[in-house]
Amino acid sequence: MSVTEMFSYIQGFLSADQDVREDIRKVVQTLEQTAREILTVLQSVHQPTGFKEIPSKCMKARELFHTVRTQLSELKTKFPVEQYYRFHEHWRFVLQRLTFLAAFVVYLESETLVTREEAAQILGIEVVREKGFHLDIEDYLAGVLIMASELSRLAVNSVTAGDYTRPIRISNFINELDSGFRLLNLKNDPLRKRYDGLKYDVKKIEEVVYDLSIRGLAKEAETEANK
Amino acid sequence: MNKREGEVSSCKKAVSDANVNLSSPIIGAFKVFQQELDTKHDKYERLVKISRDVTIESKRTIFLLHRVTSVPDVEAILTEADAKLDMVRQKIGLIADELRGEDIYQFHRAFTPGIQEYVEAVSFQHFIRHRSLISLEEINARLVFMRTEDPKAPTEAAPVGTHVLTFQVTPSDYLLGVADLTGELMRLCISSVGNGDIDTPFQLSQFLRQIHDGFSYIGNTGPYEVSKKLHTLRQSLGKVEDACYTLRVRGSEIPKHMLADVFTSRTTIMDPEEGVV
Repeated sequence: MSVTEMFSYIQGFLSADQDVREDIRKVVQTLEQTAREILTVLQSVHQPTGFKEIPSKCMKARELFHTVRTQLSELKTKFPVEQYYRFHEHWRFVLQRLTFLAAFVVYLESETLVTREEAAQILGIEVVREKGFHLDIEDYLAGVLIMASELSRLAVNSVTAGDYTRPIRISNFINELDSGFRLLNLKNDPLRKRYDGLKYDVKKIEEVVYDLSIRGLAKEAETEANK
Repeated sequence: MNKREGEVSSCKKAVSDANVNLSSPIIGAFKVFQQELDTKHDKYERLVKISRDVTIESKRTIFLLHRVTSVPDVEAILTEADAKLDMVRQKIGLIADELRGEDIYQFHRAFTPGIQEYVEAVSFQHFIRHRSLISLEEINARLVFMRTEDPKAPTEAAPVGTHVLTFQVTPSDYLLGVADLTGELMRLCISSVGNGDIDTPFQLSQFLRQIHDGFSYIGNTGPYEVSKKLHTLRQSLGKVEDACYTLRVRGSEIPKHMLADVFTSRTTIMDPEEGVV
């Protein structure tokens, strides 16, 4: 094979590769759009009036996840399944956002941490790599961390809205999450960087709980709830 | 301040004692994640280590091959290089072992430096022997490994079968390896001029020009590193072309029958050229 032939073979490979990336980018753009819509729906829970509407907002978000599932199944058709990690960078960010949104919905509904299986199910993808387009563990964990900072914001806003018990529940939840993350041996990678931010979320929520308990507001709320 | 911190922590304690027990589902889930992440990181580290070994051995092979200009028996060096490359290939076999059943692109970053260095070494040897560019298929064809079946698996009645394990060099790694090769060819050219070999520089300049044209053809469709290497490639090509120019000019100044004498003393003529390198 001559040098020229060799290079034109490689060139063919490279331009095919670029076409695939182009296709992926288009689908990922629509996914980002949907993710933004879901976020907008869920953002309203921070409004004082939004607290009563949490269930209906969650319903609406879940409906939007239908669109996500169809868009993700379109994405699956754009590249060979065994080359997931070759193009991973293109959808990594949006998949983390979507995991966060799914986790946030699940938390608002049931105040539990979304499992990786649940998150994958909401997005209509797989958990294990062998079965096809899957949710990478690091992306799942990153999504959970984004939710933690969202929850610290929610704790502050729920006090403003007069809900004094929610911050305490959030605090329990985040503490548990923190001790979970402390079990992991993270490398010096983006996930680790994001995890380093978790302590500020924990701190913020603790401060909120402190403010409530020093004024007796937490007790008050608890007894009220018990009545 | 102290009081405040104490309050916070005791409050947190009261809260956490109530709910965070070590058998909670969240902690359980994270224990699973811990294992999964550790397995992945361990594999990555092992691959990095093998890749380093591959790099070192390939570099040594390249140094060995540079000696072909100064020794009479080229074939002996090529055979020795072959033996060294066989060792490297065995190491690559270890990479293939690690990657069995995995998505190779998940761990690609761990071993790509080693593979590029291997491509450089193997294509350098191929060039010295055949004066042509090794193709991607030829490289991949030599990265097929026979593995005997794990004896632990089925104990009785199962014949000890072998299966084939392959390692595929990606086109990008091949391309980057070939880009590195041009630097070695430039060194080879200059040192062969120093040794009075007048054919090799011209062959090399032609070959380098073809590769340069190939890279220009690919342009910026390739990976990002290619454009960086293209700059170095231009410099190498420039040096080789300058060397050929000098050879031609000096050669024409001297009568044909005296050329042989000039070439035997080329070492002194070309000394300033070597200084440039």
